[in-house]
Amino acid sequence: MDNPHLYRELTEIFREVFDDDTLTLTPETTAADIDGWDSMAHIGLIVAIEERMGVKFNSAELESLHNVGQLAGVLEYKLESRQVKA
Amino acid sequence: MRLAETQEPHSAASTFQQLANTRMDFVRAGRLDKAVQRYRSAHGNLPGLPVVRLALLGSSTLGHLHAGVRVGALRHGVLVDVYENAFGMYRQEAADVSSGLHAFRPDVVCLALDAHHVAASGGEGRAEQVLADLRELWRAVKEMLGCVVVQQTVLPVHWPVMGNQESRLPQSPASVVESVNRLLRSEAEAQGVYLLTVDTWAAIDGLSRWFEPALWNRSKQEVHPRVSDLYGEQVGRILAALRGKSSKCLVLDLDNTLWGGVIGDDGMEGIVLGQGSAVGEAHVALQRYALQLSERGIILAVCSKNDEANALAPFADHLEMVLRRKHIACFVANWQDKATNLRYIAETLNIGLDSLVFVDDNPAERALVRRELPMVAVPELPEDPSGYVGTLAAAGYFEALEVTAEDRARAELYRSNAERENLRRSTTDMGGFLQALQMELTWSPFDSIGLKRIVQLMNKTNQFNLTTRRYTEAEVAAMLDDPSVLTLQLRLSDVYGDNGVIALLVGRLADSATLDMETWLMSCRVLGRNVEEATLNVLVEQARAMGCTRIVGTYRPTAKNGMVRDHYQRLGFAALGQQEDATRWELWLDSYASRDVPMTIKGGKTWTTHTCTAS
Repeated sequence: MDNPHLYRELTEIFREVFDDDTLTLTPETTAADIDGWDSMAHIGLIVAIEERMGVKFNSAELESLHNVGQLAGVLEYKLESRQVKA
Repeated sequence: MRLAETQEPHSAASTFQQLANTRMDFVRAGRLDKAVQRYRSAHGNLPGLPVVRLALLGSSTLGHLHAGVRVGALRHGVLVDVYENAFGMYRQEAADVSSGLHAFRPDVVCLALDAHHVAASGGEGRAEQVLADLRELWRAVKEMLGCVVVQQTVLPVHWPVMGNQESRLPQSPASVVESVNRLLRSEAEAQGVYLLTVDTWAAIDGLSRWFEPALWNRSKQEVHPRVSDLYGEQVGRILAALRGKSSKCLVLDLDNTLWGGVIGDDGMEGIVLGQGSAVGEAHVALQRYALQLSERGIILAVCSKNDEANALAPFADHLEMVLRRKHIACFVANWQDKATNLRYIAETLNIGLDSLVFVDDNPAERALVRRELPMVAVPELPEDPSGYVGTLAAAGYFEALEVTAEDRARAELYRSNAERENLRRSTTDMGGFLQALQMELTWSPFDSIGLKRIVQLMNKTNQFNLTTRRYTEAEVAAMLDDPSVLTLQLRLSDVYGDNGVIALLVGRLADSATLDMETWLMSCRVLGRNVEEATLNVLVEQARAMGCTRIVGTYRPTAKNGMVRDHYQRLGFAALGQQEDATRWELWLDSYASRDVPMTIKGGKTWTTHTCTAS
C-alpha cells in the first residue's frame, strides 16, 4: 500500500469491472476474495487496466500475477519506467 | 444508472436508452448492461423495446461481446437475449435438435467465425470449401430453427507471406480469408443471409485495435474487448433494422449546412459552394451523400429559417448545387421554430417523428430539437463541414437490410405524396379531391416475388397495424400454399404515381365458416382515402369465396397503434369483447353490402376486373 494513488485508481477500475461500489483492495486481495473474479472476468480486468492506464502487460508478466500487490508492483514499475523514458 | 433502476418501466426504458446513447468505453458498457439485466430480471421487459433472441455462434471465445451487443442494440431500441454455444460446438448444436441452441429458439443466428477456424493453414480450394460448408449450414439453420441468419465476415488477421502480391498465392491463409470475404459479399443476398462486415469496420478503425495476437493466445478472443462496444453497435444496427427501426428521412438545414454562408445575406454569388474552396467542396460532399441516400430510398426534406424564395433560389439556379428541388420531398423554409416545422414535415410525409434525422450546423437549433422532440435523431456535427458526411455515415441511422425496387422508387413516391398533400390542403371538397386522384387499388394473394417486401412491411409497420404481429420470411413463405390462410397484398396508384404495396392482410380459418384476421396493416401514406373500406370489400368477397359467413378481427394495443383502436368499429364490425389485452370484433357476411369507394378495384389471380361505383 505504499502507493495510495495507484491503489485509488485500481480500486476505481475494479469497482466498475465488478460492478460493486463498496469493493476495497489490499495487496493480499486475490481472485478468491472478489465475487465474479473468474478467468473470463480476469481478462476483462487486465484489458480495462491496460486501456484506462495506458500500459501493456506481456504474457510472462500476466502469468506471474497472483494477488493485487503483485499487480500493483508490475504497474508501478511500468508507470515509472514510462516517466523515465518521457 | 442507479436512478434508472428505481424508476417505473417507461422512464427506466428511456433513461437506459439515453445512457446507451452516451459515449462510453467497454467497462462502462458492461456496467450499464448489468444494470439493465438486473432491472429486467426484477421488473420484466421494458415497454416499447422489443426483445430479440440472438444466438451468437462461433468456434472461439465470444462471451466478452455479449454486453456490447446488448448495449448496442439498446441504443437502437431493441433488447437482446444472447445465447452462446458450448465452446467450439456450433455445428453439433445446429444439427442436434435437443441442443441448448434449439431449446433457446433464436430469432437470429449470428455466425461469428474466427479467421483461425476458417483458414489457419490455408490450402488449395479452401475458400470455396468454406463457402460450400457455410451454404449448407445456413440452409440447415434456416430450415431447422426458422430464423434469420447473420454471417460475420472474417477478420484478416493472418500475415501475408508474399506481401503486396499476396493474391498470386491463393492458397495462403491471408488470401483464403480475402477470398472468403469476397465470396460472402457476392453470395449473401442470393442466399438470403445478412452480413456483419467486421473486416470493413476493423479496416476503418485499425486492425490492431480489433485483434491482438497475445490476447488470442491467452484467451481465444479474436475481437478485442476494447472494441466490443463497436462490435455491439454494428450487431445492434442489424437487429434494429430487422425490427424496422431504421430512420427513413434526412432533414437538412440550408445555410452553413448545405452551403457555406447565409443565402438571405450573401446572395447567390456570396454563398460558398463547389470547387475552388475547401469549405465549398465539403458542402458539395454532403449534398452528394444526401443524393446517394435518396437514390437508395431515404426521403430528403429541407427545414430552414429563410424566406422561401431565397431558400429555393440556389436549388433552381446555382450551378454547383448537386441537390435540386425535385430531390426534396418536403421543402419548408419559414420563420417558425424548427420543432414545429419538423412536426409538419413528419405529418406531411406521413411518417413518425422517430424516423427523422435532423442535420443542422447550428448547436442551438440542435439543442432545441433534442429538447422538444427527443425521438428525432440529431447528430452532433463537428465544426468543420469536412466532417459532416463522416459523422452522419458513422452514426448508422439509415442501416438497411435490403434494397428493393420500391426502396429505389420511394423518394419519388414520397415527393408525389407531398404534392398530393398540398392538393388536399388547397381543396376543401374532400370527395372532389379523392375523385381527382383517380385511384386504382390492385389486390392479389401474397406471392414469392413480393416476399421480401411483404416481410419488410410486416416487420416495420407500427401505426396502422391492428395486431403488430411480426413474421419471419419462413413463416410468410409457409402461408403461400396454405389453403386455410387468406392473404392479400394491395397496391394503390393514382395520378401522381404508384404508391406500391400499401396494405397487407392475413386471415386464418378458425372454423369452416369463420375467418380470423391475424394481421391487417396499412401504410399511413394512404390514410384518409377510403382504402380501408375498399379493402374490406375485397376481403369480404374473398372470405365468401372461401365459404366463410363471418370475419373476426382483433385489435391489440401497442404504444404506437392507437390510431386504429376503432378501426373495426368504423368498418361496421360488432364488439365481441375483451380477450386479454386485445379487443375482438365480428362481421356477419350475409348482411354485408359493398361500400361505395372512390377508386377502381382490380385484382385476383385471374386479374378479373370490376369497378366499384365511385361515390
